Amino acid sequence: MRRVRSFGFEALGVAFALLVFGIPFYFMIVNAGKDAKEASLLNLNWPTSPQFWDNIRTVAETRDYMLLRAFVNSTALTLFSIVVLILFCAMAGFVLQRRKGRASPVFEFLILSGLIIPPAIVPTIWVLDGIGLFKTLLGLILVEVALGFPFSVMLYKNFMATVPREIDEAAILDGCGGIRLFFRIIMPLLQPVTATIVVLSSVTIFNDFTNPLYFLPGADNVTVQLTLYNFQSQFVTQYNLLFANILLITIPPFILFLIFNKRIVAGMTAGSVKA
Amino acid sequence: MNGVFKRTYSYWFLLPAGIIYLLIFLTPTISSFFFSFTRWDLSDWQYIGFENFRMFFREQSLAIGFRNTLIYAVVTSSLKVVLGLLLGVLLTSKLRSKHFLRSIIFFPTLVSTIAIGIAFSMMMHPTEGLINSALSVVGITGPDWLGNPKLALLSVAFVDVWKGVGIALVIYIAGILSIPEDYYEALQIDGGTGWNKFWSIIVPLSRPATHSVIILSFIGGLRSFDLIWTMTKGGPGFTTDLIASIIYKQYQGGFYGLATAGNVILFLVVAALAVPLNLYMNRKEVDL
Repeated sequence: MRRVRSFGFEALGVAFALLVFGIPFYFMIVNAGKDAKEASLLNLNWPTSPQFWDNIRTVAETRDYMLLRAFVNSTALTLFSIVVLILFCAMAGFVLQRRKGRASPVFEFLILSGLIIPPAIVPTIWVLDGIGLFKTLLGLILVEVALGFPFSVMLYKNFMATVPREIDEAAILDGCGGIRLFFRIIMPLLQPVTATIVVLSSVTIFNDFTNPLYFLPGADNVTVQLTLYNFQSQFVTQYNLLFANILLITIPPFILFLIFNKRIVAGMTAGSVKA
Repeated sequence: MNGVFKRTYSYWFLLPAGIIYLLIFLTPTISSFFFSFTRWDLSDWQYIGFENFRMFFREQSLAIGFRNTLIYAVVTSSLKVVLGLLLGVLLTSKLRSKHFLRSIIFFPTLVSTIAIGIAFSMMMHPTEGLINSALSVVGITGPDWLGNPKLALLSVAFVDVWKGVGIALVIYIAGILSIPEDYYEALQIDGGTGWNKFWSIIVPLSRPATHSVIILSFIGGLRSFDLIWTMTKGGPGFTTDLIASIIYKQYQGGFYGLATAGNVILFLVVAALAVPLNLYMNRKEVDL
């Protein structure tokens, strides 16, 4: 009897979770397949004549294929930012963990500040403008790297502590210099953290709205999150298209989630729970 | 050996990341303190003393952001702590569906904030929206969630919690799973109840997790921008403006000095609240 009751409670819990966390997504999906009139009713009914493909095509073609260009831009942004982030942060984490000197507390302090301090928006525009990178993809890449730097360096530095120093010493005795030691021996050993940072940062950067809004304005350079923001005012009577857009830009994080669920969770907890 | 050591772990490795960080993060941060005292259009500046700050606290439409930001940060972070802890306890128990539940609660953290903001704005529509339609079935006339000045900020905070509680949950799960079994065994020998287990073991010993959740979500709440901007744009009127949305409005209006003063105020708020909070919680931490 007790077992039956506990099973009942669990079923109730699952139903409640599905209601609270599932319905908003179901709402997005069904409305992406309706026509404009039906979507304006804002209900949960399955579309009477589903037109998912038509809606997706209409959204993609809007404003001269803005969404497709946005996908190219967002992919380039995410890809380049991550390559730079991984390479530079691994290098920094490597030296910061291995070499403890008088400057170490200063570096610690700078990294911690980066985690806490909200970035100063207009002065950043001023700096980017000064070096000719405001409103360029390269400028936005640098911003994403600078803002992702503290967290990634912290993860690399923590992981470096688990790589035995004997490995370095053996390599040095064999005549390995710092650069060869790092690229040939250390970098491959850092692979687990690298994977974590790749997955986490790609979701963060792909979903980033605030930084593209400030640092990469203009219709030519638009990123996927900004298309959604732009279409929000354009499609005030065509919710179906808005939801088709949402559906499209949610697919990449969803795929990452299906493949790397465990890795993402590990990464999110790695930086925050002290061992 | 010392020479080899220094050559192997050369500070040159720090240079590429260091340059980007210095140029794109530290320089703007430091110069923001200067520009917040100016009237500024990116090329020319004029020193005007504390005028920007005075404006921030005197203008009703700006000062409200200060209060709203605090309310928003306190409400979201405390709800995330409570819900994260309760769900964490539930999902580390013997439930068969715990992996499924963890996944479904965690997924929203990976979805675009703009997408979620748009979907919830529609679900919170006063007459057509799902939430009020559901309420009307049981005979309740739901309020205008985003149009009522007294309610709008809390409605957005609720969506923030819905989207972000997954992170609190996984942090708590990691924290609770790291509590050694011995404590539970000792409790069993002493004949403790489930209630004792929660209050005397899980709550105190998952304090590092609580600490992380509070710091992460409190700082996140203070800096929050995209959700409020998609859902209300600070409206109705100025009633849901946060410091971050005011910074954007002033920037759009071309008041760069004022926007930068907003950034400095945000910085000071974060530093004045988060740093002491962190120190306080560090002192209270217990060793497992």
